[in-house]
Amino acid sequence: MATLHTRSAARLMIAPSVLLLLAWMIVPLAMTIYFSFLRYNLLMPGMEEFAGFSNYSYFLTDPAFFQALFNTLAIVLGVLFITVVGGIALALLLDQPMFGQGIVRILVIAPFLIMPTVAALVWKNMFMNPVNGLFAWVAKLFGLQPFDFLANAPLMSVIIIVAWQWLPFATLILLTALQSLDEEQKEAAQMDGASAWSRFIYLVLPHLSRAITVVILIQTIFLLSVFAEILVTTNGGPGTQSTNLTFLVYAQALLQFDVGGASAGGIIAVILANIVAFFLMRMIGKTLEA
Amino acid sequence: MGNITLRNVSKVFGAHAVIPSIDLNINDGEFVVFVGPSGCGKSTLLRLIAGLEDVSGGEIAIDGKNATELPPAQRGLSMVFQSYALYPHMSVRSNIAFPLKMANEDKAVIDRKVSDAARVLNLTDYLDRKPRQLSGGQRQRVAIGRAIVRQPKAFLFDEPLSNLDAALRVNMRLEISQLHQDLKTTMVYVTHDQVEAMTMADKIVVLNRGRIEQVGSPLDLYHKPDNLFVAGFIGSPRMNFVSGQPAAAYQAHTMGIRPEHLVLSKENGTWAGTVGVAEHLGSDTFLHVNVDTIGTVTARVSGDFPVTHGDRVFLTPDAQRVHRFDDKGLAVR
Repeated sequence: MATLHTRSAARLMIAPSVLLLLAWMIVPLAMTIYFSFLRYNLLMPGMEEFAGFSNYSYFLTDPAFFQALFNTLAIVLGVLFITVVGGIALALLLDQPMFGQGIVRILVIAPFLIMPTVAALVWKNMFMNPVNGLFAWVAKLFGLQPFDFLANAPLMSVIIIVAWQWLPFATLILLTALQSLDEEQKEAAQMDGASAWSRFIYLVLPHLSRAITVVILIQTIFLLSVFAEILVTTNGGPGTQSTNLTFLVYAQALLQFDVGGASAGGIIAVILANIVAFFLMRMIGKTLEA
Repeated sequence: MGNITLRNVSKVFGAHAVIPSIDLNINDGEFVVFVGPSGCGKSTLLRLIAGLEDVSGGEIAIDGKNATELPPAQRGLSMVFQSYALYPHMSVRSNIAFPLKMANEDKAVIDRKVSDAARVLNLTDYLDRKPRQLSGGQRQRVAIGRAIVRQPKAFLFDEPLSNLDAALRVNMRLEISQLHQDLKTTMVYVTHDQVEAMTMADKIVVLNRGRIEQVGSPLDLYHKPDNLFVAGFIGSPRMNFVSGQPAAAYQAHTMGIRPEHLVLSKENGTWAGTVGVAEHLGSDTFLHVNVDTIGTVTARVSGDFPVTHGDRVFLTPDAQRVHRFDDKGLAVR
């Protein structure tokens, strides 16, 4: 690709796919922006009219919006915390030589392969159900009142379910990173008199920093848009206690049939996601460069 | 003080005895080199002394005290690894300071010791760099720096020069020897390169298949090898071994003669042969001569000896320098 000719030829060859991708992205975005300025309700077809920023002002002043904003952040941060800490712990355990290592590793990865809806249903009906659930049974075994997770701590329950699904991903990435740590470095630290804890702090954690960054980046992208787990378990309730932005937009569009308001919410979600991405890249982009 | 004594030390991996049983005494201040072909157990032996592997039997004493069960950090030894094993995310300064920091030394003491070590090793200008910004030789010096700040009873080197290029290797060899002169600390050095062993050691331990073949000073091993293995391993180019009729003339099952102890002539001599390959090094020439009744014999002659491929030459072993071995491969003296 050195000469001018080959370079322009290459550009020409790439052009169709670039254009296609651009259209793929621009058209829905433009449509959404367009809808967000319309008074557009599916219950009143043919009544669309220009509404200015009123869709935005309604969406932003809705008390559910702030609840949803908080819930979105709580889900992202909560799940990130559980998966990173738990992932490091599991990776350290799985790195130890043990009997049946191969099978154990496959078992650990399994939750990641289960569809979100299925995982959420399993948790809802088999674990968290206050009558038939496993946790209820354990509570009764100790003579305690069963705890109704989805009714009393809906957000926490969603976080637990989502964290369970993402834990294997974090574990897998961190385990491979852990295995690439040079054996001689660990031995050198041992000779230098570092205890197991110091070796973890000074050697293992810095070595894992890049993998942790990758885990945080990738998971944040997906965790901002958690949806299936909420729809299947709590339906955003009770009230709006477990509604995140994605679910709020869904409720606006398909439960209240307000396409204009939902579009405005979608655009706001896009802007917020970009703000998060910007700070995320600023904060941890440095680790990736090193 | 840093004398290390091994009594009956053995190491078994599964059913395979890497080291059947070894007795060895390393005196304080000595530069001891473990040398042998790859897989002879020399690195394992060093790791046993370091405490990075558990012994399967026997006893290791450091300073007269039994250290067999002690963890590596409490043996008071420092190790330099083949890959240097620097901590990649720490600066040179933190790397060198790490063992002191782990020992909870005072901040001022750490600073003083680190700058002392950096001065000795010419690293002062590089203290704030990361290991990946250093060349191979500088990384090696950082690894040595990390080893010396602890003021250990002994240094352990595990093939420290094998990742360096040839020119740098010669330099670092000198630097390590110089360091030994300055510090007068016991050093145990593992290598597969007999040149490193010969040039650096006070005492060479030749290992083969987990057994000690011979222990002695470099010149001892060169002049009086105990057996065929040592004779063939020490010295470059390799000693020539001849058995059968020509050896019987020296009352030996096998006779050995070093290339530098063969006298070459174009007129007459004991063995006649044709020059196969002549390697001209300038100062010396190594000749691979196909001797009629014996096979290929290597000879070393002065660089100005006029000879090329296909020439007819005569070789005469220097009778004083012939090594004789019996049918078990042991030296007859």
